[in-house]
Amino acid sequence: MNPILKTEDLTYTYNLGLPDATEAIHSINMEMEEGGFLGIIGPTGCGKSTLITHFNGLLKPTKGKVYIAGQDIWENPKKIRHFRFMVGLVFQYPEYQLFEETVAKDIAFGPKNMGLAEGEVQDRVSRAARFCGLSQEMLTRSPFELSGGQKRRVAIAGVLAMQPKLLVLDEPAAGLDPEGRDTILQELKQYHRETGTSIVLVSHSMEDVAKYAEKVLVMKDGSIAMYDDTPRIFARAEELLSMGLSVPQITKIFMQLKQMGLDIDTDVYTVKYATETLLRMAERGNGSAT
Amino acid sequence: MLRDITIGQHFPGNSALHKLDPRLKIMLTIAYIVMLFVGTNPFGLLLSIVFLFVGYMVAKIPGRMVWRSIKPLLPVLAFTAILNLFFMAGTPVFQWWVITITWQGIYYAIIMAVRIVCLIAGTSLLTYTTSPIVLTDAIERLLSPLAKLHFPAHELAMMMTIALRFIPTLIEETDKIMSAQKARGAELDTGNIMQRIKALIPVLIPLFLSAFRRADELAMAMECRCYHGGEGRTRLRQLHITKQDIAITLGCVLLFVAVGFSGVLYTRLTGFA
Ligand SMILES: Nc1ncnc2c1ncn2[C@@H]1O[C@H](COP(=O)(O)OP(=O)(O)O)[C@@H](O)[C@H]1O
Ligand SMILES: [Mg+2]
Repeated sequence: MNPILKTEDLTYTYNLGLPDATEAIHSINMEMEEGGFLGIIGPTGCGKSTLITHFNGLLKPTKGKVYIAGQDIWENPKKIRHFRFMVGLVFQYPEYQLFEETVAKDIAFGPKNMGLAEGEVQDRVSRAARFCGLSQEMLTRSPFELSGGQKRRVAIAGVLAMQPKLLVLDEPAAGLDPEGRDTILQELKQYHRETGTSIVLVSHSMEDVAKYAEKVLVMKDGSIAMYDDTPRIFARAEELLSMGLSVPQITKIFMQLKQMGLDIDTDVYTVKYATETLLRMAERGNGSAT
Repeated sequence: MLRDITIGQHFPGNSALHKLDPRLKIMLTIAYIVMLFVGTNPFGLLLSIVFLFVGYMVAKIPGRMVWRSIKPLLPVLAFTAILNLFFMAGTPVFQWWVITITWQGIYYAIIMAVRIVCLIAGTSLLTYTTSPIVLTDAIERLLSPLAKLHFPAHELAMMMTIALRFIPTLIEETDKIMSAQKARGAELDTGNIMQRIKALIPVLIPLFLSAFRRADELAMAMECRCYHGGEGRTRLRQLHITKQDIAITLGCVLLFVAVGFSGVLYTRLTGFA
C-alpha cells in the first residue's frame, strides 16, 4: 500500500539569501501509512509548523520532496490546489480565519472552492458540523458571537467539510480550557475512527499525544529525534525528559516507582494502561505469595 | 511574500550621522531639500552630490541601498527628464518630424534628473540613519511649540509610533490569514480584477477584525497604566545636542550657503542662467 504521506530529504530555509536566513527544518525523511493517527511533538520553535505547512504545498521546499498518496506534489505547480483539497490543514488558532455572516456559510467556504454542487456542499456542512458538535441552531448564527471554543470548532469543521484524505491540525487544543481540549480531541478521534481519515496532530502536550496518537514523531531543532509507535516512544521517557520535553504525569509516577526499587515497566503513558499494568502486577504478586 | 516589503528602511549603525540628534537631522534634511531647489546650477549640484557622497561614506551605507530607494521612482525620473528634453524651447541640436531637441532641453533634463536623485538619496539618508521611532520622537519635539496653539503634536506622534509598531504585526497576520484561506482552497492570485477583489474579502474581514481587537486591547492596556496624553510625561530617551552635533550642523550649513551662492558665481562665469 502507498503511504498517504512521505517526505524525502525535506529542507526549508526561511528568508533564503537574506542575512537573517534560518534553516527551520533539515533533511526530514518520514512516511505515514494511510489511516494512521500520527502525533508530532517537540519544543516550541523546533519546526513543527514549518514541517506540516509543506504537506499541502503552502510552503515550497528549499530542497527535497513531499509525496501525497504517492504523487510528488510539486511535480506540476499548477496542480497544487488539488493537493490543498486532499490535505486539510487546520492552522494554530484557526478561529481568526472566520469571515462569513453565518457559521454555515463559513464552513461551506472550502467545499464551494472545490466547485461542488450546492446539495453536496450542504450535505458536507451538516456532516462536518455534527462531527464538531455544532447544533443546527448554531449554523445560522454569526461566527463572531460564539465563544472561543465554539469558534475553534467552526474553523475545524470548515476544513473537515472538504473531506480531505489527510487531516493535519496544528495545536488544535492550544489555549482552550481542559474540558474544551478533551472535547475537541475526542471528536477528532471519533472522526478518525468513523471515516478512516489519516490524521496528523501537532501538539506540545505529551498527555494529548499519548492519549490519541498511534505513532509519534519527536522533533528537535528542525530534525527528527524519534519516530516510532507511541508505547515505544514513551518507553524512552528519560530521553524525552533530557530533550526538555515533559512526559505524562502517569509516566513520571511509574518512573519514580521504578527508582524506588519496584520492578515495573515505565512505558506507561495513559491512566488506563497504568491500571492494567498495576492489576497485572498485583495478580503476579498474589501468585508468587501463595 | 509580504514580509519582503521593508518599511522605514532603517539601516542600523554607529556612525556620527547615526548619532546626530534627530531634530537636527530633520532640519538639515529640510534645508538640503530647499538648497536643491535654490542651487540649480552645475556647481551647486556638484556640491550637493559631494555632500551626499560624504554622508553615505560616513554612515557606511552601501551604494546598492541608494539604488534600492531610487528604483521604484525610475518612471517618475524618466518622465520628468523626457518632458524637459522634448519640450524646452531654445537652440535646436536635433530635429526630426515634430521632435525637436534643444541644448537647453538636454541641460535641464540632466539638471532635473540629478536633482530628483539627490532629493531621494538625501531623504533616504535620513531614514537609513534614524529609526522610525526616534524619528517620530524628534517630530514630536519639533512640533511641540505648536502644542501651545492646541496643535495635537504628542497625539500625532503617538499615533505614528503605534502605527509603526503594528506594521510588522499586521504583515505577519495577513500572511497567516492568507495561508489559512489558501488551505481552504481560496485563489488569491489568479483571475481577473473583479475576481481578485472578491477573493480578498476572506482575508480583509479577519484582518480588520483583528486590527480592531488589537486596538481595543492596546487602548485598555494603556488606560490600565494610566496613560493620559502628553502633559507632564517624561521620556525614556532624552535627546541631547552634543558638541559634535553642533560641529556637523555648522559644517552642513556652511556648505548649503555655499551652494546657495554658487548660482551667482556660475552666472558670473558663464552668463548662462
Ligand atoms: N515566517 C518566518 N520567518 C522566519 N523564520 C521563521 C518563520 N516562521 C518560523 N520561523 C523560524 O523557524 C523555526 C521553526 O518555527 P516553527 O515551525 O514555527 O516551530 P514550531 O511550530 O515547532 O514552534 C523557528 O526558529 C522560527 O523562528
Ligand atoms: Mg507552531
